[in-house]
Amino acid sequence: MTTPALRSALYLLLASLLLMSGCSTAPKQQGDTVEEAFFTPEKILGGGVTEYEDQEIYDPWQGFNRTMYRFNYYFDKYIFLPAVIGYFKITPDPVEKGIHNFFRNIQDLTTLYNSILQLNVEKTMNTTTRLLVNSTIGLLGFLDIANDVPRSDEDFGQTLGYWGVGTGPYLVLPVLGPSSVRDGIGQGVDWLAYNEMRRRATDMEAWQETGMDLLRAIDLRAHVKFLYYETNSPFEYELVRMLWTTKRELDIER
Amino acid sequence: MIRSLGLLLIACSWVVTGWAATEPYGYPFDDPFVATVVGTPDEDKAKFDIHVPTKRDSLTVFKDREVPDFLFYEAKLRYSYALQKKAAPLVFLIAGTGGAYNGGHISAQAKAFYHAGFHVVSLSSPTIPNFVVAASKTSVTGHAVHDAEDLYRVMELINTKLLKKTKITDYFLTGYSLGGFNAAFVSWLDEQRKVFNFRKVLLINPPVSLYSSISLLDRMLENIPGGVDNFPTYYSNIVSAFGKLYVRAERLDFSEDFLYRVYEALQPKNEELAALIGLSFRFSSAHLAFASDVMTDYGYVKPKNVRFTRNTDPGDYRRVVFRLGFTDYFHDYFYPYYKSLDPALDRHEVVEAMSLKRIEDYLHNADNIYVMHNHNDLILEAGEIDFFPRVFGERAKIYPTGGHLGNMEYKDNVAHMVDVFKSAVSGQEL
Repeated sequence: MTTPALRSALYLLLASLLLMSGCSTAPKQQGDTVEEAFFTPEKILGGGVTEYEDQEIYDPWQGFNRTMYRFNYYFDKYIFLPAVIGYFKITPDPVEKGIHNFFRNIQDLTTLYNSILQLNVEKTMNTTTRLLVNSTIGLLGFLDIANDVPRSDEDFGQTLGYWGVGTGPYLVLPVLGPSSVRDGIGQGVDWLAYNEMRRRATDMEAWQETGMDLLRAIDLRAHVKFLYYETNSPFEYELVRMLWTTKRELDIER
Repeated sequence: MIRSLGLLLIACSWVVTGWAATEPYGYPFDDPFVATVVGTPDEDKAKFDIHVPTKRDSLTVFKDREVPDFLFYEAKLRYSYALQKKAAPLVFLIAGTGGAYNGGHISAQAKAFYHAGFHVVSLSSPTIPNFVVAASKTSVTGHAVHDAEDLYRVMELINTKLLKKTKITDYFLTGYSLGGFNAAFVSWLDEQRKVFNFRKVLLINPPVSLYSSISLLDRMLENIPGGVDNFPTYYSNIVSAFGKLYVRAERLDFSEDFLYRVYEALQPKNEELAALIGLSFRFSSAHLAFASDVMTDYGYVKPKNVRFTRNTDPGDYRRVVFRLGFTDYFHDYFYPYYKSLDPALDRHEVVEAMSLKRIEDYLHNADNIYVMHNHNDLILEAGEIDFFPRVFGERAKIYPTGGHLGNMEYKDNVAHMVDVFKSAVSGQEL
């Protein structure tokens, strides 16, 4: 069943551990003593600073995360974005829109069981309605007929957050981008559940499943309006980390 | 006596209103702070129903440049262009402080000029890290003449590339805010080098003296509730508000849209708007100073003998640089840096040199340089606005309101901006 996925997850974990050991976030110092800059932290921030401009985000694996962030930039530049651009070129707009709706409809399944797990009656009702209408009259979700019914995105990371599980260390996942230990586990659980549902509901060949997954990845990327290293800030890593963390906090509150 | 004086005043004000009435100006915000932050409401913006075939590109400006690992992704200068299908005149656009080639204002400009039949090339401001790393000869930007030389070099390189793709009949140049200031000096440089021979140049809301403008902008942060000492808390609140906005926002960058989104979400009181404007420029100065310091190892906030790797956590150095403004950059980095290259420099003379007054005679006599400005622009000291009518005469168009760039996308302003260039090529088929 999901052994290939499981196996790749294990490889990934192993590779990550190896990488982590090789990534230091310390700058390289030349000579024995650090020369003093014109403005030093002592002078500007004062001794024993307790209040910083930004909330401290727990990021003990920063070396690994920064390496992964950079990997994602290259992946995005040389693989993901060219694929997205090619996809847009060969797909007529209505088809592209239909495929996007189709995958959103599938995503609603994830939202459904997570809404139930979070005991959220309203979201469960809305998502059920959307799924029933769109999967039938909406032709398997290609048309978003239930457009008027509020749509939400719930995932297992949020469910864990709802039940009080802390985020754990910040984690940049390969290809998927910013996450945390909790949300990474959540993403894994949702992925396994999705595979299991697909296996039971369809009898797709392995290559068909792979094709569908690739298409889904491209569709997902096409709808994330972010370009690596285009924020004009030399502190983009920190910026993205802060924004992502804030976003997840709000997602869970909602 | 007093009564007749009063009547006289009323009569005078009628006359003044009478003048104004010949040209009613419908930009909605009179307050310069609101205008600067909110800009132009969507329904009052110039609209062009066309698709601009914008192409993003990048180029290596200095072949032998060593780019520090930490800023590896800035090695090439990014820019964009859009070409007409046939021979056409070309407009170079230069973004303002902290602005990139793909920001909101510059994209709106590009669309307007493309719609009017021009080829367009959009250039980032020399103040953004990408330009500092990839295209500035010294990597210490903000210098009137050096920035102009850097921009000129980039424009020549891009021009060579584009001439292989299309025919260019004429050259035009415009820029807003600091980009307008840059445009004036680029035009001045072109008088000597004569590569482009710009038909017309348009400066939009430029500063007169860079130093007085950066001082004004730095002082805006004094409006932080509780004073400058409260910066950490204020910053943290704004950033978290921005984070909340991002959840709903479509894309993420530090373009001009930043202010608008924060304004919409927080609905700040008028006095807080000044602090917001100050904060937005603080981002620009922090990004500029840090990127430059990493490039030159000058030792402004990062110790000279400490090298950042691609994975280095900037940690406290980042916090330090956010506490420093443009005037700190000028006094404790920019000036000492250039002084070390030329010991004869004098601080006061450098301040004087970073000003349009330095090329006043040129600007006065060059009948192809135009300016658009606002009477209540926040980056000008009291009375500085008079420089423009005095030096440019009829070539200066001063709007009564708009603050700093607030009315730049307002329909009347866009129409005027396009007309200035179009009138130079009228009769020619565009």
